[in-house]
Amino acid sequence: MILRFEDVGYTYHTLSGETEAVKGLNFGILRGQFVAVIGPSGCGKSTILSLAAGLIAPSSGRVVRENAEFGYMLQRDALFPWRTVEGNLFLPLEVKGRNTRAMRENALSLAEKYGLKDFLKKKPSELSGGMRQRVALIRTLAAQPDILLLDEPFSALDYQTRLEVCDDVQGIIKGEQKTALLVTHDISEAIALSDKVIVLSARPARVVAEHTIDFGGNIPKRRRECGEFAATFEKLRCELGI
Amino acid sequence: MKNLNYSAAHIKYLKKNRRRGILINVARAGILALILLMWELCAQFEIIDPFITSSPSRVIKTIAELYEGGNLFYHIGITLMETIAGFVIAVIVGYAVAVLLYMSDSIRKVFEPYIVVLNSLPKIALGPLIIIWIGTGYTAIIFMTVIVAIIVCIMNTLTGFLSVDRTMLTLMQAMGASKRATLTKLIIPASLPTLINTLKVAVGLSWIGSIMGEYIVSRAGLGYLIVYGGQVFKLDLVMTATIILCVLAGGMYGIIAMIEKKLTK
Repeated sequence: MILRFEDVGYTYHTLSGETEAVKGLNFGILRGQFVAVIGPSGCGKSTILSLAAGLIAPSSGRVVRENAEFGYMLQRDALFPWRTVEGNLFLPLEVKGRNTRAMRENALSLAEKYGLKDFLKKKPSELSGGMRQRVALIRTLAAQPDILLLDEPFSALDYQTRLEVCDDVQGIIKGEQKTALLVTHDISEAIALSDKVIVLSARPARVVAEHTIDFGGNIPKRRRECGEFAATFEKLRCELGI
Repeated sequence: MKNLNYSAAHIKYLKKNRRRGILINVARAGILALILLMWELCAQFEIIDPFITSSPSRVIKTIAELYEGGNLFYHIGITLMETIAGFVIAVIVGYAVAVLLYMSDSIRKVFEPYIVVLNSLPKIALGPLIIIWIGTGYTAIIFMTVIVAIIVCIMNTLTGFLSVDRTMLTLMQAMGASKRATLTKLIIPASLPTLINTLKVAVGLSWIGSIMGEYIVSRAGLGYLIVYGGQVFKLDLVMTATIILCVLAGGMYGIIAMIEKKLTK
């Protein structure tokens, strides 16, 4: 297991009081697995990613990481508008002090492999929303992380772009054989993309159910066409209590 | 841009746009010429008293006199030096202070009330103190310029730093960026537009500071000429110095605008 949550709890402190975001959370992710976490809005999904990446320490329990490097992909692409696409791809290398020739070439070859070759010298503002999100993903991959943490990375996109980018991102992550932990509030997205779906309760978040998804191969588009898709969707919906 | 296959409608559109630009420039120059002409004519035919209002021809004569006496560039030079020195110090020190305040939440909170009070204080009230502490030379005027401009430089720059996109900050944090890396890779480049705005505001304030300083205490400079001219009722001199000020302030603003174009192209 590349990442394991053992009875993890986390409490936020603000001046107006304390909030128990997560309580008694247990789950694990295998290397190469694509895991989606769904839950009612405001149930502390982003907290789980922060805990996983070690940006915050759990209040109780522990998060076990098998010396893995993390890469974050956020809701909005957060591409720096004053840098070119290429400059944006190199950002994590510069920040992490790994701006070597080999790393830069690796980033560029990823960019080329996933169709960004002609955009390298362009500014992000010249790209479409879907293309920008792809750049954001390649930027995350440029630092060669072992596990990707995806924080609702498609929620800022319009529906059509979203479907397209969703498949695109899953394809790239699977292609690079990376482990991924996705948090989302979108049930169908979770089913289409992941090998395992973890359903959380309302705050304080606990695991309500875990489902292994294995129909329709690993291709989101084919999965959506499967009969099991609708059944799984309904089951998850029930568990979420919607 | 170099697409020569534009449709006729697009060429017409571009032409219309260009014609409009030319028209605006002509109107701008026209208004200035009209004002100068009316001013000159009214003074010539003594509809207004040229002794009190001066006139363009008198201003030109005064400039020539100052030039012949070797005083024109002397006074311009002094005021320009004071203004630019004050401007540069205020911008650089102001930026450094803003960085410091940004880096530490606690330091920022501690200094907040002081900055607010200093900002509201009319700096001219410090005039007598400055003269006694620093003397009557141009250093006193540079000091005046700095205190007039620096608070706004600090506040504007800091606001720019603090309004950097939250998601981008989260991204840097998620990459494990150090405070220094966050500052150099994100905060400083992201707040470049604010810096340019700050420069624009600071140019205006620096002129206020230097001229105000010269009003209080000076033996040379354009502000000195204005005060002196007023005292001896040489309004030609007052008008001349004022017009030279307009040109200089406009020129300095133009340089900043040029820098802006270069940086944000």
